[in-house]
Amino acid sequence: MTSAAADLIRQSASVLAAAISEGEVSSVEVTKAHLARIAAVDERVHAFLQVTSKAALESAQAIDEKRKSGATLGVLAGVPIAVKDVLTMRGVPTTCGSKILEGWRPPYDATVVSRLRAADLVILGKTNMDEFAMGSSTEHSAYGPTHNPWDLERIPGGSGGGSAAALAAFETPLSIGTDTGGSIRQPAAVTGTVGVKPTYGGVSRYGLVALASSLDQAGPCARSVMDAALLHSVIAGHDPRDSTSINAPVPDVVAAANRGDIRGLRIGLVKELSGEGYQAGVLQRFNESVELLQGLGAEVVEVSCPHFDYALGAYYLILPSEASSNLARFDGMRYGLRVGDNGSNSVEQVMSLSREAGFGAEVKRRIMLGTYALSSGYYDAYYGQAQKVRTLITRDFNAAFEKADVLISPTAPTTAFKIGEKVDDPLAMYLNDIATIPVNLAGNCAMSLPVGLSPADGLPVGLQIMAPPMADDRLYLVGSALESALTDRWGHLLIQEVPNL
Amino acid sequence: MTAITRDEVAHLAKLARLDLSGTELDHYAEQLDVILQSVARISEVAADEIPPTSHPVPVENVFRADIALPGLDRAEVFAAAPATEDDRFRVPRILDEEEA
Repeated sequence: MTSAAADLIRQSASVLAAAISEGEVSSVEVTKAHLARIAAVDERVHAFLQVTSKAALESAQAIDEKRKSGATLGVLAGVPIAVKDVLTMRGVPTTCGSKILEGWRPPYDATVVSRLRAADLVILGKTNMDEFAMGSSTEHSAYGPTHNPWDLERIPGGSGGGSAAALAAFETPLSIGTDTGGSIRQPAAVTGTVGVKPTYGGVSRYGLVALASSLDQAGPCARSVMDAALLHSVIAGHDPRDSTSINAPVPDVVAAANRGDIRGLRIGLVKELSGEGYQAGVLQRFNESVELLQGLGAEVVEVSCPHFDYALGAYYLILPSEASSNLARFDGMRYGLRVGDNGSNSVEQVMSLSREAGFGAEVKRRIMLGTYALSSGYYDAYYGQAQKVRTLITRDFNAAFEKADVLISPTAPTTAFKIGEKVDDPLAMYLNDIATIPVNLAGNCAMSLPVGLSPADGLPVGLQIMAPPMADDRLYLVGSALESALTDRWGHLLIQEVPNL
Repeated sequence: MTAITRDEVAHLAKLARLDLSGTELDHYAEQLDVILQSVARISEVAADEIPPTSHPVPVENVFRADIALPGLDRAEVFAAAPATEDDRFRVPRILDEEEA
C-alpha cells in the first residue's frame, strides 16, 4: 500500500467527505484504498462476510461524476461504509451469519441501505455477526468468528463484531450496526470505537431481519463521535414502511456534536451499573472519566435504578419469546435452506430437518427458551412477568431522568475476552450485556465511546451515555465533550493506538 | 417454576420444528434449566398491579393512502426460492399419507 493510501484509510469520515467534496481526492481513490486494506488484512480479522468490490467502485465512480457535474451531494458523499449482514441489500447475499440463509439474495433494500445509497455513500460489503444477532462475541457466526484488531486472539464483541472490527482495522471509516441488547455498544466498547443505539423507532427497521421486534434498532458505528453523528443524521427519520417508526423530526445530533459544551449539565451515575462483576481496570477508566466530566463543568449526581438488577432476567425471557416467533419464518419454503425434500417427507418433516441443519446452537437454544416461555401454563409466569419488569425499568429511567439529563455507566463489565472462553457458557456470555440491556427494554437511546485502555491488559474500555427517548442529541453533546477532553490528554483518538496488523 | 425435563425439551423441539439429536436434547435440557432458574427471580418484583409493557412506544395501527405501489420482482423472488414449479413455490406434501 502506498503512503497516500495508508493515510486515506486512517482518516475520519468527515475529513474524507470534505476532501472528496473539494476535489482533493476522488471517491474512487478512497474506495480503492479501503478495498486494498480489506484485501490485505481481512483474512486475519474476518470482519466481512461479503465484499462488493465491483459495485462499490461503480458507485464511487458515479458519485465522482455527479460531483464533477456540479450536482448537490450529501455530507458523507463518496465515503465508504460497511453494513451488518442483518440488513437486506437487493441482489447481494444476506446471511444474518446463518447457514439457513446462505446464498440468499434479497429482492429489496432495507430502508437504511436505501438512505445510504440516496446520500451517496459507497457500500463496501456486509459484515460478520453472531447468527441472527444472538451473541456478544461474534463466535456464533456460522461463518467463523471475527477477530479483535487490538488482539487477534480476542473477541470483537457481538453481535456486531464485524462492523466494529472493520472500523478498528481501518477497513472502513463507517459502518452500520444493530442493537437489541447491546450489539452496537458492547462491540464499540471492546474495539475502542464509537457506537450508538438510537431511540427505538428513530431508525427504520424495514429490511432489518427481526430478532426481537420490540427491542431491535439499527444505528451508526464510527471511530469518532462526529462521524457517528453525521451517519446518524443520514439514516434516522420517519419511514412509512415501519409502523413503529417515530413521525417526528430527528434530534439535531450534528449540532450537538459540534457544540460539546456540558457546563451545568446534570450527569447521573447509575448505582446498580457498577461495582461487583466489573473489572478494576474498567472501573478505573470510568471513574477518571467522571472526574473529567466534572472538570468540564457538569454536575454529577448518583441515581438508583433498583429494577436494573432484574433487567437481564426479563430480557432473556422477552428476547427468546420474540425471537422464537420471528424465526418461525425460516421454514425452507419460500427462501433459504431446504433439507430432506425427497418426495416422501412431509412439509413438517422438511421444515424440522431444514431448521435443524440451518440453525446453530445458540439460535436453537433461544428458540426453545422462547417456545417454553410462551407456552400455555408458563406464559404468565415468564413472559407476562418479564413484561411487568419492563414497566418497572422504564419507571426507573423516568425517575432518574428527573434528577439527571443523561446517565452514565461502563458499557461492558470487562474488556475483550479470549475467543472460545465463554462460547458454550450461555449465562457467562449473557452477562456481557448487563449494562446495555435496560436501554433496549425501555426504548431510549445510548452511546458507547472509548475512554482509555485498561491498565490490567491494555485493552479498550467503553463508557456508556444514556438519554431519554428522542433526546439522542444529548448523547452527542456529552460524547463529543468527553472525547475532545480525552483527545487533548492523549494527543490523538484512542483508536490511533491500535497495533499495526 | 419447576425443572425442565428431557421429555419437555423434546416436546418443545417438536413445537419449534427442530429435529434435535439425542445429544442436543441432553445438552439443552441441562442448559435451559440453568437459564430458567437464573431468570426466575424476576417474579420477586413483578407484582400483580404492575401493567405489562409489550412495546417501548405506544403502538397504533398505521394506515396509508390506498395507492398501488410496486411490489417485489417475481423473478427475483422465485430465484431465491428453494423450489418452484409453474411460477409458484413448490412445497412438500402437506398431508400425512393416511390423510391423503
